[in-house]
Amino acid sequence: MRYEAPSSLERAVDLLATATGDARVLAGGTDLLVQMRTDILNPELVVDIKHIAELREIKEEAGGFRVGAAVTGAELNEHPKLKAVWPGVVEAANLIGSTQVQGRATMGGNLCNGSPAADSVPALIAAGAKASVVGPNGRRELAVEDVMLAPRQLALSKGEIVASFLLPAQAKGTADAYLRFIPRTEMDIAVVGCGVCLNVDDRGNIGRARVSLGAVAARPLLVAEAAEALIGSKLDAAALSKLDAAAGAACKPIDDKRGTKEYRIKVAGVLARRAAEIAYQRARTA
Amino acid sequence: MAKHHITATVNGDPVEFLCEPQETLLDALRDQLNLTGTKEGCSTGDCGACSVTVNDRLVCSCLMLAVEADGKSINTIEGMAQGDELHPLQQKFLEHAALQCGICTPGFLVAAKALLDRKPDPSEIEVRYWLAGNLCRCTGYDKIVRAVLDAAQQMRGA
Repeated sequence: MRYEAPSSLERAVDLLATATGDARVLAGGTDLLVQMRTDILNPELVVDIKHIAELREIKEEAGGFRVGAAVTGAELNEHPKLKAVWPGVVEAANLIGSTQVQGRATMGGNLCNGSPAADSVPALIAAGAKASVVGPNGRRELAVEDVMLAPRQLALSKGEIVASFLLPAQAKGTADAYLRFIPRTEMDIAVVGCGVCLNVDDRGNIGRARVSLGAVAARPLLVAEAAEALIGSKLDAAALSKLDAAAGAACKPIDDKRGTKEYRIKVAGVLARRAAEIAYQRARTA
Repeated sequence: MAKHHITATVNGDPVEFLCEPQETLLDALRDQLNLTGTKEGCSTGDCGACSVTVNDRLVCSCLMLAVEADGKSINTIEGMAQGDELHPLQQKFLEHAALQCGICTPGFLVAAKALLDRKPDPSEIEVRYWLAGNLCRCTGYDKIVRAVLDAAQQMRGA
């Protein structure tokens, strides 16, 4: 294995694009090193992207925030303004692993590891985040929901790197929330995760909504029907009931040791309700 | 493939070592620097036995490549006591009998110190969540939590 730690994106892209064997991006390494250790991956080249300034910064941009793909969970948690504006995104990223894992794990890695159960991904999707992807043919913007195609499969071509995420400017009365269900209190992988972002007007009516579910299909889902169940409502019982049904209907889960299909579908509806209630309360005071 | 030449600071002292590109920081600490206080448990980031701080950030040394340590400041369990004087956390672990087999203890101490360095007055819940990534196979959690809270109290009074 060869290790490279370039200080520019251009060099990182070039290394990945011209690699002859399996080449992997190293951000926090909390998935990559485990996969190398257990012989799931045996890369010829590892490109450490943490020496590239753009990938390590949180900046205000276009009224929102640009978050580098290699910013750690602990660093997100230490950014009061980002936490205040996008609490759901930061909560989701902070649910990944232990304190030790938070010291290294990144949202870029969480997305590009390609797990359907990645915690930060539904929150980024609900937030309407865009991934800035840099490759041999330049830079392009992809909606986060379009990056992952299936487990371990991304819509990135050879040499492309997710460099950063743009969390958009928020209209007044906008807020997000993320909830995850696991069988224990800490340190586990989502049975279901749900991100909700709502815009609520002065009278309490929901104008815009985005709902995303994780761990219930081959990739994190943006569920338009679940958002439609909320739009125009004041999050009354009827809207919550429609949301619950739409979230459950969108699920195409697997059975595994963490839960059966039926259980995941049920939990998806319950989590969607609860996340919507938190987002709504936040949006009313945002 | 040529080995990498790494210069870093470990427990305040400058160190240099050679490592393979795929070698973990844990293996380099134990095998190159003979700092065997940092323990290998799961090697997958689940157990926290290999906890160290890198530039004051608590991490699992099994989940970091040794080459990534170049230029960094690393603190391990060996840097915790000042000569023969134990750190208050170490003293309280002894007083509370907060260890049985001892394999998890260096990781718990390094992790607990990282907490108290940031937050001198944590609640019991904060201690339990902060240490959720440190596993004790003897299940001595309650005594560990009491020892950390007692050490925090003593350190605030000092």
